[in-house]
Amino acid sequence: MDLTGKSLFIANRGEIAVRINRAAKALGLSVIQGHSEADADMLAVRMADRAVELGPPAANKSYLDVARVVAAAKEAGADAVHPGYGFLAENASFAAAVEAAGMIFVGPTADTISRMGDKVAAREAAIAAEVPTSPGSDGRIEGVDEGLKVAAAIGYPLMIKAAAGGGGRGIRVAENDDDLRRLIPQAQSEAAAAFGDGGLYIERMVRDARHIEVQVLGDGSRAVHLFERECSLQRRRQKVWEEAPAACLSDAARTRVCDASVRMAEAVNYRGAGTLEFLYEPERDEFYFMEMNTRIQVEHPVTEMITGIDLVQEMIRIAFGEPLRLAQDDVSMSGHSIEVRVNAEDPSNNFMPFPGLVGAMAMPANARFDTMLYEGYAIPPFYDSLLGKLIVHGANREAAMNALATALDEIRIEGLKTTLPLFRALVRDADIRADKATTSYLETWLESHAIDAA
Amino acid sequence: MAKQIQSPLPGTFYRKPAPEEPNFIEDGASIAVGDTIGLVEVMKTFHEVKAETAGDNARFQAENEAPVMAGAVLVEMD
Repeated sequence: MDLTGKSLFIANRGEIAVRINRAAKALGLSVIQGHSEADADMLAVRMADRAVELGPPAANKSYLDVARVVAAAKEAGADAVHPGYGFLAENASFAAAVEAAGMIFVGPTADTISRMGDKVAAREAAIAAEVPTSPGSDGRIEGVDEGLKVAAAIGYPLMIKAAAGGGGRGIRVAENDDDLRRLIPQAQSEAAAAFGDGGLYIERMVRDARHIEVQVLGDGSRAVHLFERECSLQRRRQKVWEEAPAACLSDAARTRVCDASVRMAEAVNYRGAGTLEFLYEPERDEFYFMEMNTRIQVEHPVTEMITGIDLVQEMIRIAFGEPLRLAQDDVSMSGHSIEVRVNAEDPSNNFMPFPGLVGAMAMPANARFDTMLYEGYAIPPFYDSLLGKLIVHGANREAAMNALATALDEIRIEGLKTTLPLFRALVRDADIRADKATTSYLETWLESHAIDAA
Repeated sequence: MAKQIQSPLPGTFYRKPAPEEPNFIEDGASIAVGDTIGLVEVMKTFHEVKAETAGDNARFQAENEAPVMAGAVLVEMD
């Protein structure tokens, strides 16, 4: 596909804006980079063919201002708009506004974004596509008796959730029948008071789970998967370390979850790059669908490293109307990849943010570093702390771990406190080397390990 | 010279704990040692700014939601 002469507006900042710049240039596109007043010096602005200021430093007055971003892209004559991740990437009204202004939105339709953004609708779509969800009640439960029946079928511990809740609110954990008899009436009256709706439903509680997610690409009718990623190492529900593939999965389990993800992507006529997130319970060899993210994800490079497919280029091609170039048989994986997120935070001081002036940098020889940094860059304090992603590849997981240890020893970023010392400790951790970490591992680990500043 | 309280961090200064709540300290009020006078948001985390000196007749130099550098004068007082 020849995109020469066409232009792409990047409505994002930081490392992902750099990444999109590279992909767009490789396709022959001319790049227009949007930026706030605080980001006039950022690397993506320097790389772009043109730059357009969006407004003041505060994100809600620049990167998050739908009308402003759409008007800026339109005025600049952009053919398409790439939202990156975060900011407006999963905002259905933004996608609709971009298309209403006569431009291409690089992502799925506004309708898909809002459908997947609603957890109940997404769960229903998953069930309809025979994607495994966590066992629970069929919709709402009427009272204690029905609750006990569901409990007998799925077992304890289980979670009683408010139908109108969300974001962790209105959840109770029951360990046995007595708990359930006591908690259901309590939860009902509290949910009625808090949400104006006493409706409850039940889900089995999944403990000691792995976070597994499947990368898909679709063109609106056909979809393929690009295998899975394992992202169990998290702090405060933020991923810090990601791998591909998930070494804990058998080939049969991998096929199961990847095929289910393609079914779901095709059932919702998915267009672009997307990710289905699951919890995986190794003891039962079961997956439970959590949500679908309708954007490119931070950790997409580990998938690129094992498949050799440039996800950002593919999503741009699809957005410009090219049918999916890949059949499932065209996608194979080779070796193992690990990514760590380098944040401007001090792990020896409770991850205190550290915006600062970037000093001398030394890059590792055999690693990919997707970054927004350059020597002399003053990191603005107004946005998140991700500076870059250090990505390695090896013939197998052990080789990738060794490559990561080497890359972490070689990389130097002076002038800043970063999370690199955390990873230098984690890469030598026996449980992580043995691939034992579940989603609660890192928080527990941090309680008993001090990180030396370096 | 008027006493000053400076921002310990670069970021976005907030005079109130949440958008719908009143200011921590109103202009003209007195400030005691240990009073929270505002918040600075740096890289999506919030830090309380506490007064290390007391004073009267507070005059805020930084507006709510203003971008500030480390060392920026947030408030002057007598």
